Amino acid sequence: MKFLITVLLSSFLFPVFGQINLKGKITDNKNKPLPGASVSLKNSYDGATSDSLGNFSFSTTEKGAQIVEITLMGYGAVSRPVSIGNEAISLNISLKELITELNAVTITAGSFEASDKKKGTVLSSLDIVTTASANGDITGALKTLPGTQQVGESEGLFVRGGTATESKIFIDGNLVNNFFYSSLPGLATRGRFNPFLFKGTVFSAGGYSALYGQALSAALILESNDLPERTEADLSLSVLGIGGGIQKLAKDKKSSWGISYNYTNLALAFAVIKQKQDFYKTPTYHQGDANFRIKTKHGGFLKYYGYASWNQTALRSPDIDSTSLQNSFGIENLNTYQNLNWKENFGRGWKFNTGISFSTNKDQIENELQDADYNKQVFTSPSGYAFKNFDLVNKAWYGQARIVLEKRLGGLNAVRFGADHFYSNEKSSYTLYTGAKYNETVEDNLTAAFAETDFYITKDIAAKLGGRLEHSTLMDKWNIAPRASLAYKFKDNSQASFAYGIFYQNPERKYLPAPTGQLDFAKASHYILQYQRLNNQRTFRTELFYKQYDQLFKTLPNSNGREVATNNNGNGYARGIELFWRDKKSLKDVDYWISYSYLDTKRDYLNFPGSMRPSFAAKHTASFVVKKFVLPWKTGFNASYNFATGRPYYQLKYDNSQAKYVVADAGETINYNNLSFSLNYLPNLGKTNKKTFLVWVLSVSNVLGQNQVYGYNYAGIANRKEAITPPSKRFVYLGCFLSFGIDRTQDAINNNL
Amino acid sequence: MKKLLFVSILMLSAFFTMAQSAKYNAAMTGNLAAIDSSFKNPANLLSLANNFERIATAEKSQWLPYYYAAYLQVMYGMMLEDKSGCDAIAEKATALISKADSLSPKNSEISAIKSMIATCHMLVNPMQRYMEYGMEASSLLEQAKTEDPNNPRPYFLIGQTLRYTPENFGGGCQSASEQLQIAMTKFKAFQPASALHPNWGMQRAQMLLDECKK
Repeated sequence: MKFLITVLLSSFLFPVFGQINLKGKITDNKNKPLPGASVSLKNSYDGATSDSLGNFSFSTTEKGAQIVEITLMGYGAVSRPVSIGNEAISLNISLKELITELNAVTITAGSFEASDKKKGTVLSSLDIVTTASANGDITGALKTLPGTQQVGESEGLFVRGGTATESKIFIDGNLVNNFFYSSLPGLATRGRFNPFLFKGTVFSAGGYSALYGQALSAALILESNDLPERTEADLSLSVLGIGGGIQKLAKDKKSSWGISYNYTNLALAFAVIKQKQDFYKTPTYHQGDANFRIKTKHGGFLKYYGYASWNQTALRSPDIDSTSLQNSFGIENLNTYQNLNWKENFGRGWKFNTGISFSTNKDQIENELQDADYNKQVFTSPSGYAFKNFDLVNKAWYGQARIVLEKRLGGLNAVRFGADHFYSNEKSSYTLYTGAKYNETVEDNLTAAFAETDFYITKDIAAKLGGRLEHSTLMDKWNIAPRASLAYKFKDNSQASFAYGIFYQNPERKYLPAPTGQLDFAKASHYILQYQRLNNQRTFRTELFYKQYDQLFKTLPNSNGREVATNNNGNGYARGIELFWRDKKSLKDVDYWISYSYLDTKRDYLNFPGSMRPSFAAKHTASFVVKKFVLPWKTGFNASYNFATGRPYYQLKYDNSQAKYVVADAGETINYNNLSFSLNYLPNLGKTNKKTFLVWVLSVSNVLGQNQVYGYNYAGIANRKEAITPPSKRFVYLGCFLSFGIDRTQDAINNNL
Repeated sequence: MKKLLFVSILMLSAFFTMAQSAKYNAAMTGNLAAIDSSFKNPANLLSLANNFERIATAEKSQWLPYYYAAYLQVMYGMMLEDKSGCDAIAEKATALISKADSLSPKNSEISAIKSMIATCHMLVNPMQRYMEYGMEASSLLEQAKTEDPNNPRPYFLIGQTLRYTPENFGGGCQSASEQLQIAMTKFKAFQPASALHPNWGMQRAQMLLDECKK
């Protein structure tokens, strides 16, 4: 017994007895030495870190079967069993580099991303609100990027020879109808949503993912904010109106809610800045929204956003067909939008993202001809004038449900698949000058299933392959759309990407219901080649694209004289080259970007008599955007210059003898030039522990007062045309934003360091 | 005989614990002594961080080795020339400090390291990340202050940040010195719970103060 105790004790008393050395070299799979790798003997203190030549060496007193573990950031961990006897052990171990978001190539063909988190993005969220010509509108900022047109006579994004309706906008995956305020004749309306609602923006000018559909040209994918940093209240006061809101973050920082309300009335602005049209009911908007966001246990999110707005306006302008009459257009709009989205991690690499959205829109439009004293002109017999007296009520309901499942397959490889269903019900009621009512309903159930895979062959070569299957009950047709993109990263970290895809789209509501016969989806095929170099605060990228349009809708007048989709015999193409250069480094504290687009496009669609360049397509478009923050003045100066060469315009007349449209007149507008300027003044900047923060914003569009002509309207009866120009030469905006409870000073500092 | 066996086992286990803790103390002391000199060469910081991590994973129940492993990782990240690597290092440090946190909750020293990790994330792109990580860092320092009002390190870290913030934005030497003075008073009064407990920063605080006096 005593002997046993002695043996036991001595084994503890002499722990240094028999130290064995372990040494070796850590390399990558190309035999390059890896410094900084941690080598350890499991469950002991013993181990070492590899030196600059990848060598390591340490001694241990452990014996027998042990495990050596090697870990290094960015590389896969390796465990190696060893048997420690009485002899030194030599181990040479090679580690495999992990493919991570940091070192891997990213597929960027066709798309611009604005994000603060991800690497390799070209824009930040703040860029959207500090671009002078954007006027705080998301799509305004996108119009300074290559691929977009400087269209000012109507809202929306005209991308690479596509119409505005070929660009669709998604919030948290759900399609948003009526993203813009309802159209006014000859005027571009703004987007309804505040750019500060979104943390990420992806603008894809083509070749976008199979997760999205129904857009022949472009997809704007917006991702809403997560939890706010702090509880705060804010107020805004400007020449356009007032607003206020509150965001409340729960104590445990797991959930938040918020509400806001804005009232806009352009009476003051229009009193100072003379408008071309006579706005006898000045544009008035009431807008409220509410949200809640809940962070779930496993890092998921449940988000709700709800929006409602009511607005009205009425304006008069001299009727194009007469010298004495006025055309009066009035609109009242009620719009609601609700979006509930749930993202969750299931573990084992499974994620899901599901959402439902519901929206309604109601437009009440009254159009009439008035005499000089604004009395309504009454007509009893059909004539060109008589048809200008009409009422139109549009009511629409939209509902969407969507689910996307994602499975990560090691590294960045992933498979995504899912389905969505979109229901739309659009009713219109048209009242003719005679009082006769025409009611029409267009209903569609659009069902889609999609799948996509991200596949990294090495960290330098990646592919994204996908497909989308859709069925529309409106046409009772199916389509299947393949999508593919490839990216390759060069040694100098620049990269080339290629994207291909087929895209389908339903006819626009305004050309429906179709008379008879079988309509099919309109179709576009995209081919995009991109080269991009991002380094050291400088970005260069160039894209070559070719887009083939097939099965475009052709229209003919129906019995009421309204253009309706009759067949899919249209076609077209768009091709061009685009350049983008952004530099935050060369000039101190100055950030600028230049974009240029060359576009060659022709199409035969709607009532076009043949293949022609559409009136929204300029051949050359360029933008120059510059931003500078002057610290001592606490002021940011932003300017942008947008330029586009002339766009064509046509007078299309229906020729009864040929039973088709002919070009009766055509021309090209003057070049478009617009210099915009904006200024942000932050008086509280630098005052520490300020609980309120104030920002003054002044912006001026078309500073130089250059002539801007967007196109021409032709008289239907008389033989004359009239230039479509902005309602005023210049617009000046002055406003201040006040926020409480949060010190935004620090935000501003760091945005300008 | 039974009694003898019992006593022996008791002695043995006591001895075992002592030996174990002597080994722990020795390893910790040795590595702690190496910290100061390792700041000259970031590679040494990483190697020391790995040493502490090995002690931490072998011991499992001690928060201090996890704490030092996280501290050295985050210091390594902050000394990188190319700050784009900070994210990965900060994630590694977060994994380590979370373990320390679960072993010793509501610890002012641990909150201070967490704030340094947030700062490390911010350094990758200060312009865009301030709102998230800058705020997080300063609220963690406030938390560290309340968890232990005598801890000088939160005041030192605030002073250090102010020292490198432009005067226009409320930074600069004057406001930094105010905080660093508070830190110095607290450093002088500070008694670490043991020789192994955190007790760093005084030298650097004095250095920053001296820089400002010039």
